[in-house]
Amino acid sequence: MIAQPERKIALWHLGVAYTAFLIGTLMGVLQVFIRNDALQLPAWLDYYQILTAHGVLLALIYTTFFIFAFFITGMSKSLGSFGPKVRLFSWIGLWVTLLGTVMATVMIVAGEASVLYTFYAPLKANGFYYVGLALVIVGTWISSFALVGHYMVWRRNNKGQLSPLFAFMTVTTIILWIIACLGVVATVLFQYIPWAFGWTDTINVELSRSLFWYFGHPLVYFWLLPAYIAWYTIVPKLLGVKVFSDSLARLAFVLFILFSIPVGFHHQLTEPGISNFWKFLQVVLTFMVIVPSLMTAFSMFATFEISGRQKGGTGLFGWFKKLPWRDVRFTSIFIAMAFFIPGGAGGIINASFQLNEVVHNTLWIVGHFHITVGTPVAMTFMGLTFWLIPYLTGRRFTKRMQRLGFVQIITWSIGMLLMSTAQHVLGLMGAPRRTAYSGYNDHPSAMEWFDGIISNHVTMAIGGTILFLSAMILMYIVIMTMFVSPKAETPEQMVEFPLAESDMSHTPKWLENWWIWIGIAAALIIIAYAIPLTHMIQHAPPGSKGFITW
Amino acid sequence: MHFHKYEKIWLSFGIVSLIVFLSVVGVSAFSQNHTPSGGMDTIDPEKVNETAPFDNPGVTQLDEDTYQVAIVALAFGYNAPDLRVPAGKEIIFKVTSTDVVHSFTIDNTKVNMMVVPGRVTTKSYTFDEPGKYLILCNEYCGTGHHMMSAEIEVY
Repeated sequence: MIAQPERKIALWHLGVAYTAFLIGTLMGVLQVFIRNDALQLPAWLDYYQILTAHGVLLALIYTTFFIFAFFITGMSKSLGSFGPKVRLFSWIGLWVTLLGTVMATVMIVAGEASVLYTFYAPLKANGFYYVGLALVIVGTWISSFALVGHYMVWRRNNKGQLSPLFAFMTVTTIILWIIACLGVVATVLFQYIPWAFGWTDTINVELSRSLFWYFGHPLVYFWLLPAYIAWYTIVPKLLGVKVFSDSLARLAFVLFILFSIPVGFHHQLTEPGISNFWKFLQVVLTFMVIVPSLMTAFSMFATFEISGRQKGGTGLFGWFKKLPWRDVRFTSIFIAMAFFIPGGAGGIINASFQLNEVVHNTLWIVGHFHITVGTPVAMTFMGLTFWLIPYLTGRRFTKRMQRLGFVQIITWSIGMLLMSTAQHVLGLMGAPRRTAYSGYNDHPSAMEWFDGIISNHVTMAIGGTILFLSAMILMYIVIMTMFVSPKAETPEQMVEFPLAESDMSHTPKWLENWWIWIGIAAALIIIAYAIPLTHMIQHAPPGSKGFITW
Repeated sequence: MHFHKYEKIWLSFGIVSLIVFLSVVGVSAFSQNHTPSGGMDTIDPEKVNETAPFDNPGVTQLDEDTYQVAIVALAFGYNAPDLRVPAGKEIIFKVTSTDVVHSFTIDNTKVNMMVVPGRVTTKSYTFDEPGKYLILCNEYCGTGHHMMSAEIEVY
């Protein structure tokens, strides 16, 4: 078990994460019923406030706090206990991030920031909303530097050695996160905050959008990589085998540093101000990121087959039956991976340049991110939660909780399948995203969208309701394992941190030379962004003043 | 670094597929002009109503086979009077905004344009089927976002 101070820091992160999860999922279920015209909100609350809160609390806050809880625990486990400075800065990071979260949430609830989590200018929220978001980023940077500091101490004490796989992957994710945040920090600090407080009159809208998406796409890899860490380092242990290939796992991760950042224009394919050449160049770079994902898929199935065969599985697919399906820690992550197959394929469609016109800003996109971040990432986090909390609290993960865990992941899968399929189909028919209930004055085409067997408001509402029930079961498991379940007394009752062995003897040393990867990443970013961003600044139209349209 | 033989096959297959996908997309985009909406023209967002072509929004016939449609998007509607265009002719849509970001999206077509203040978005499209098409805004623009719509008639 890791040292008590780190357990406390990690548990606080989990507490904040699951508070955000509780409120965020409640906002989610309200939305499906408003869109269904079954629910009228009171006058002081509107649909777009709820939508903003749902996006911010689940996509930004739940994920970020969970990720740091996982990193702090795993770094202490694989590199040893934190020193006093690392502990101090981990706490400061937590409090700064939390302060920013509370500030942004208060602004949303007060109706001062119904600008959604993308906060596109020239919608102008209260300046403190942007300050809150900036503090969230600054807080994560402080926590990140604490972990990097811990890693550097280990490197100094273990000269010439490769770091353990978990630590390597954590540092990769943190490097990715810090480079990605530069874009959003630049736009919030130099564009939004001076403009929102009235120090400048106007804002360069297209530049702010481009800097946001410079951050916005690697953000999704910041969610995905911790899930991949679990797939690479936790799953093999649950299967009783080693990591399939240490060097390929590391190679896949550094490829993410290179190819997940210079790709933001694929979110801006249908807008003016960026020429087709630069849009297409970033489409090509976007596709490169598929390579490390294919490597990950191969490693996973190789791990499954090796494990299944060791347990006596024979024939072409006999090993499949030998996988530990009764272990909720494994089954949850397996389902998460299965959802990522259509999720990833949908992503290829979205990024395919002109094909994007068919789906851009339709409900298809909403369906897409519910089967990427909403299930592969979120359900991996759920699968980790089942053992992470009892591991940190020293409580038992009882048989009853394990059964409830199965109910939870199965209901989540069914709910998500119904809801996201409805959303994908509705989006292909043309139904827009981010809208409250609307029949567009009963226009016949709008009526047609919702007439199908799958594509109707009822399917989405049933899916959403099942998801909410599943979320509440998870909250019950979280509260029980955090505060109520009996303490583990014998070694068999203790919950372990299942960290697989990884054979590093054939791993080349240059994989851990970070300056190579940061250097290539910087070069790619300059190639992809320098000219179009300079053009946006030098040939900018007169800027926009702010608008409050809610 | 050791790659398993099957992994080499798997990755080669994946990378070749990527090259094929990107070639199809690229050839279709740059040799057949199937590019998404866009354009590099700028405009003063405060002077839209005095700037051509938005000083006279609506349909203008440019030549025998080409029509231009100028539209001003604003919260929460479109300033686009009398939208009637023929089927089978090239229609060039030009859209801008006087306030926040909107979209100009025509249901059942590939017209799906982001509208950014200070910029003019352009898209060329040819309707095959006559009928009345729903126009809507699919980028969040405020309280009335889900009411923001219009109609175009194709004859």
